[in-house]
Amino acid sequence: MTDSALRELADDPSSRKRFFKMMGGAGAVSAFGVLLAACGDDDDKKSTADKPATSKDDGNKGDLKILNYALTLEYLETEFYKQVIASGIVKDKATANIAKQFGATEQQHVDALISTIKSMGGKPVSAPKTKFEPTLEKGLKAVLETAATVENLGAAAYLGAAGSIKNKDVLAAALSIHSVEARHAAALNALVGRGFGGKGGLEGSLPDGAFAKGMSEADVLAAVKPFLA
Amino acid sequence: MASSQLVAPELAAIEIKGTTREAFLIRATLAAGATYGAMSATPFITRALAQDAKGDIDILNYALTLEYLEAEFYTRGVAQVKGLSGEEMKLVKEIRDNEKEHVKALAATVEKLGGKPVKKPSLDFGGAYANRASFLMTANVLEDAGVSAYNGAAPLIDSVDVLGAAGGIVQIEARHAALIRLARSKPPAPLAFDKPATMDAIVKKITPFLKS
Repeated sequence: MTDSALRELADDPSSRKRFFKMMGGAGAVSAFGVLLAACGDDDDKKSTADKPATSKDDGNKGDLKILNYALTLEYLETEFYKQVIASGIVKDKATANIAKQFGATEQQHVDALISTIKSMGGKPVSAPKTKFEPTLEKGLKAVLETAATVENLGAAAYLGAAGSIKNKDVLAAALSIHSVEARHAAALNALVGRGFGGKGGLEGSLPDGAFAKGMSEADVLAAVKPFLA
Repeated sequence: MASSQLVAPELAAIEIKGTTREAFLIRATLAAGATYGAMSATPFITRALAQDAKGDIDILNYALTLEYLEAEFYTRGVAQVKGLSGEEMKLVKEIRDNEKEHVKALAATVEKLGGKPVKKPSLDFGGAYANRASFLMTANVLEDAGVSAYNGAAPLIDSVDVLGAAGGIVQIEARHAALIRLARSKPPAPLAFDKPATMDAIVKKITPFLKS
């Protein structure tokens, strides 16, 4: 695009209008908007009605599948923090606060994903049955290490799925969760004393060096299998 | 500060050395911003640019400018800042190396797509190196801004490969941000959703570091 083309876009209302139309229009449903406003908002029907009539039904289906996959992982994370806090195993106040805050954040991810799935006409999966008791019995160190592992998996899962997301609003939403999972992962890795590089792909604060690697859905689901009942 | 009327002329006066493409993008944004309000202008220009490989090149050059800034910030920090603990210095060096790799990778990708990588901007970090606290605070601002910049630009990327590369970088920026925040005894992940930022917002944030 040349300077003059940009200027035209900026100066000429009709070309601007054309452009917005191309982008789906100002009134197009924004899944990202749904995500950000997701705390108990009950305008699902309205959002669905506003959905632009695109020919991207296949993309929609694929995106819904990815969103439900993400939802399963977020359910898992939320439940883990819930059980950790309820167990009283974390005595240190600063660490307990981190667990509480991270847990609350994961719950927000769950709520937002459910809203988004509904707004796109999909059906949110239900929460998986979890099996964290063996981890909790092992003590604090195992608990924090598991939290770190699960967060690293979460970050890798979003990164692995991002390229397959068709809807740009859904992509934007997924990315805004992805970097939060990465923050959690790095903080927990640091908290359990893992170095930058770590031993394996999920172990360090900066496990892959300068470039994070995504994981496939199959690999992620295999890795969380021990936590599923 | 809220008025876009004020924002536009202020930014128009900035001359960014060595970043012709960046300057072009900013000016283009300004042209639109003056007409439609700075906040509304950038997204659609960025989106317009992102409709093809050329758009990806522009986004990559935008990212490259930010990475140059970060790499230089930490490089000078390692040499100048006093009062960091051993662990903190180790972290800063690790981050510096990551940012340098990001610069290399982004420049290589721009070239691979047939574009011309922007040059390193002339930078001045002011009083950031005065002490440990000011250094870590600026690092915090830059890393959080980096995350928001990538999160804002990534959905506009056309190529799945370029998107994957950007995703692999933003995750590292997020990890940096968390670790720097921990060093400052700040919450590592203050928000449930990291906000995407427009190019305008990021330019405003980094403007104080660009030498005119």
